[in-house]
Amino acid sequence: MTSTADLVCRDLTKDFKDFRAVDHVSFEVPQGSFFSILGPSGCGKTTLLRMIAGFQFPTSGDLLIKGKSMIDVGPNKRPVSMVFQHLALFPMMDIGKNIGFGLRQRGVPAAEIKQRVGRVLERVGLPGIENRQVSQLSGGQKQRVAIARCMVLEPDVLLLDEPLGALDLKLREHMKIELKALQAEFNTTFVYITHDQSEALVMSDNIAVMNKGQFDQIGTAKELYYEPANAFVAGFVGDANRFEGKVTAVNGQIVTIETEGGGVQQAHASAKVPSIGQRAQAFVRPEAIELSKTPFASATHPNASAQIVDSVLFNGANSVAILRDPKSGETLQAALPQTGEFLGLGKGEAIHANWNAGQARCFVAEGQ
Amino acid sequence: MVTDRSKLGFYLLLSPLLLWLVTLIILPHIGLFAVSMSEKVGVREYETGFGNYAVFFNEPLYWRTFARTAFMSILTTVLTLLLGFPIAYYIAKLTRGRTKTTLFLMCLIPFWVSELVRTFGWMILLRETGVLSNFLQYTGILSEPVEFLYNDAAIMVGLVYTSILFMIVPLVTTLDSLDDSLIEAGYDLGGSGFSILREIVIPHAMPGIVSGCIVVFMLSLGNYLTPILLGGKDSLWFTGLIYTQFITRFNWELGSAFGFLLLGLSSAVVFLGLKLSRQSLSDTMGR
Amino acid sequence: MIPTVPQSSAMKWSYRAYVSLFFIYLALPLAVVCAFAFNDSVFPSLPWEGFTWAWFFGDEAPFIGVFHERSILRAIGTSAFVAFWVSSLSVTVGTCNAFLFVRHDFRGKGFLYILMLLPLIIPGVILGISILVFASSVANTLEDATGMWFDGLRPGLILVILGQFSFITTFATLVISARLQKFDLSLEEAALNLGASKWGAIRQVTLPFLLPAIVGAGVVSMLMSFENFNTTLMLVGSDAPLTIAMFDKLKLGSTPVLNAVSLLLIVGSAALGIFSLIFQRAKE
Repeated sequence: MTSTADLVCRDLTKDFKDFRAVDHVSFEVPQGSFFSILGPSGCGKTTLLRMIAGFQFPTSGDLLIKGKSMIDVGPNKRPVSMVFQHLALFPMMDIGKNIGFGLRQRGVPAAEIKQRVGRVLERVGLPGIENRQVSQLSGGQKQRVAIARCMVLEPDVLLLDEPLGALDLKLREHMKIELKALQAEFNTTFVYITHDQSEALVMSDNIAVMNKGQFDQIGTAKELYYEPANAFVAGFVGDANRFEGKVTAVNGQIVTIETEGGGVQQAHASAKVPSIGQRAQAFVRPEAIELSKTPFASATHPNASAQIVDSVLFNGANSVAILRDPKSGETLQAALPQTGEFLGLGKGEAIHANWNAGQARCFVAEGQ
Repeated sequence: MVTDRSKLGFYLLLSPLLLWLVTLIILPHIGLFAVSMSEKVGVREYETGFGNYAVFFNEPLYWRTFARTAFMSILTTVLTLLLGFPIAYYIAKLTRGRTKTTLFLMCLIPFWVSELVRTFGWMILLRETGVLSNFLQYTGILSEPVEFLYNDAAIMVGLVYTSILFMIVPLVTTLDSLDDSLIEAGYDLGGSGFSILREIVIPHAMPGIVSGCIVVFMLSLGNYLTPILLGGKDSLWFTGLIYTQFITRFNWELGSAFGFLLLGLSSAVVFLGLKLSRQSLSDTMGR
Repeated sequence: MIPTVPQSSAMKWSYRAYVSLFFIYLALPLAVVCAFAFNDSVFPSLPWEGFTWAWFFGDEAPFIGVFHERSILRAIGTSAFVAFWVSSLSVTVGTCNAFLFVRHDFRGKGFLYILMLLPLIIPGVILGISILVFASSVANTLEDATGMWFDGLRPGLILVILGQFSFITTFATLVISARLQKFDLSLEEAALNLGASKWGAIRQVTLPFLLPAIVGAGVVSMLMSFENFNTTLMLVGSDAPLTIAMFDKLKLGSTPVLNAVSLLLIVGSAALGIFSLIFQRAKE
């Protein structure tokens, strides 16, 4: 894998005046893959991307593209191209001039530029729009032109800085699929940063979850979702119910936690197993919660509890029921399949919830 | 009732505008043109004709002064653009927050002060007994006092000084609105500093460049103080000729013709500038 | 060429050096004007004869300071009088124009707007002579017809005020309309909805909102009037405003008293300008 990696970062660090934006980040992106960096705003992902593009100079660490260090290479000499957050299409040029800009800088003959611009526009599905102005394009067309403007230069790595952020929801859903298809079409390495986990989950081969300047976990979408490395990843990727409390029993990797409200839960600790008396957090996915109108046998179902329906958030296939434990007052989000017996579930109804301890994740609480 | 009252309000608002424009702008210029077309043939006797304009074209001193004024104004415009652009770019793109405000303010303050004071400053600096001459003698570059005043270079220094703000302000405004990411995108796509300047920065700044150039050209063309004080008696500036005809010679007819020629030239340049850059007066001047 | 793009340090430093040189160029004339106001010599030039306040407070010839020089004091008074009238008139008409252009749609609006901008592109000297010529011909006609004198239409303060007003109004209009454009009309509607009269709504809601722009336009008009030279030169009569009086003195040969006046002007206009900036910022 090392021999084919397009982009390698080693201990990359960036310090600003009073804080460390990127803290010893190391990763490799293999050729032709779609790599996402997912994190909340302010986690340092933009700084990281801008270091790769050459607009920020790392404090320490190394950055290699196709095995060559890029530290002393200016942004206009790096074999990477960037799709900017607001696309940065040049309003003073038409589409053809925009896409041909990079080729003109390289001194490519005009006839060849014309031909290559025409070809790349065809590949992004917008043939023959060379003479249009930027302002005449729709949001989705602008996206594709911005990608074409980079791809015409055949970069080793394409960087994308939350380019879907400015689009409305429908178009964003559509562009997710389209971006993935374009990546497959060009077979170029994409490095994509976003704070929207669904964008990252849908499109990426590999995702790095970034928090406070560090990578918490790198893995496939499935790994992040089902095997989060820590509490932050578990909370950030996908929806999850979160409980915090004191560890009262440990049985192998199964940890029993008692919450403030008196609820008792069991969860699986895959990373570090907390010891008795420590504070710990447990995460349960809404779809892991099993609902029943009849009580579960408490001996075989340690996580079973009686709940009252607080409200039902109808959202088609993604409908959710908010349940409240009458004893502890804690709320619980459970996926509500719009089929069968729960179809008419309404506010105030009593219901029983349960989940398998193996599907809940337990982590030592932060600061312990 | 409501419409009647708002009609009344409308006319109340319209009347000061019309009064101002008609009595102080339109009628005076029609009057000026009429006077320029009348030739004095005797005491309080006038004929209509182009005689005054003929005088202008037949007297080399007049049209040469006119051409010289135009040429030096163009030179001033070019110089202010070349000198002012890097400053405007520095303020707009390379500074932030407090520094930016301070630098911008430092540009503005000299221009809140009367042009007379500024020109006076240059006189103190440039004259034979002035600061520059003394300084150069002190450093040993000159062995005796030299008069730096009363030549064309002194006029240029003063004109550039007097008008550079009117170049910098519109440039800073337009450059400020240029998104940094466009410049970054230019670099990212392999552009060099020069090609980005040519293909991205300058096209974006064009409205500011045009309005700056128009204003600077106009101000230089119509300037009186700087050429007279820094260029001395023989500075040969066209506004000087107008002043002489009006105040010294009391030949208002010829003076009006001169005035109209100057107005014609400045309007032509404004018009051409707007046409070439495909902009309208309202966008350029109305900020 | 922006901070995020790496650049050679030679390039960076030469750029900075250029910018520093430029600011020295800007400050130099003003600095020497101020410095020589304190030179204990009858000429505003080197050599430096020592520090003195005489050019401000002196009352013995040849060291007559600004505060004892009658002609200068009178000229300052004249300028202040002119500036007061010019800025009051310009701001009043400018406010009306702003309401007219922002709030009303009518035939010929575009044309009138262009006309309104014209004073910006007419050289000041031309503005001066055209008003001079027009006022004189009106005066001649009236005098021939009535046999009375119309001195107000001959060169003098009234013409100076009208001449300056004719172009400063354009600036006032632009400054005030820019702010009026930002005004959210629904605020006025809310006032009407709460029972205010149309004029009451404008007085209590719109005008307070416009106040920073009105004050700003007033200050700008004052400064422009105070320092105007070209238009004034053509229209001035026997009472000379400050710039004209200084120009006449300068042609005869200067003494440091001119430096002292200039210093006061610099301090005054900088203070006024900064005051208006701070006032506008505090209101926004």
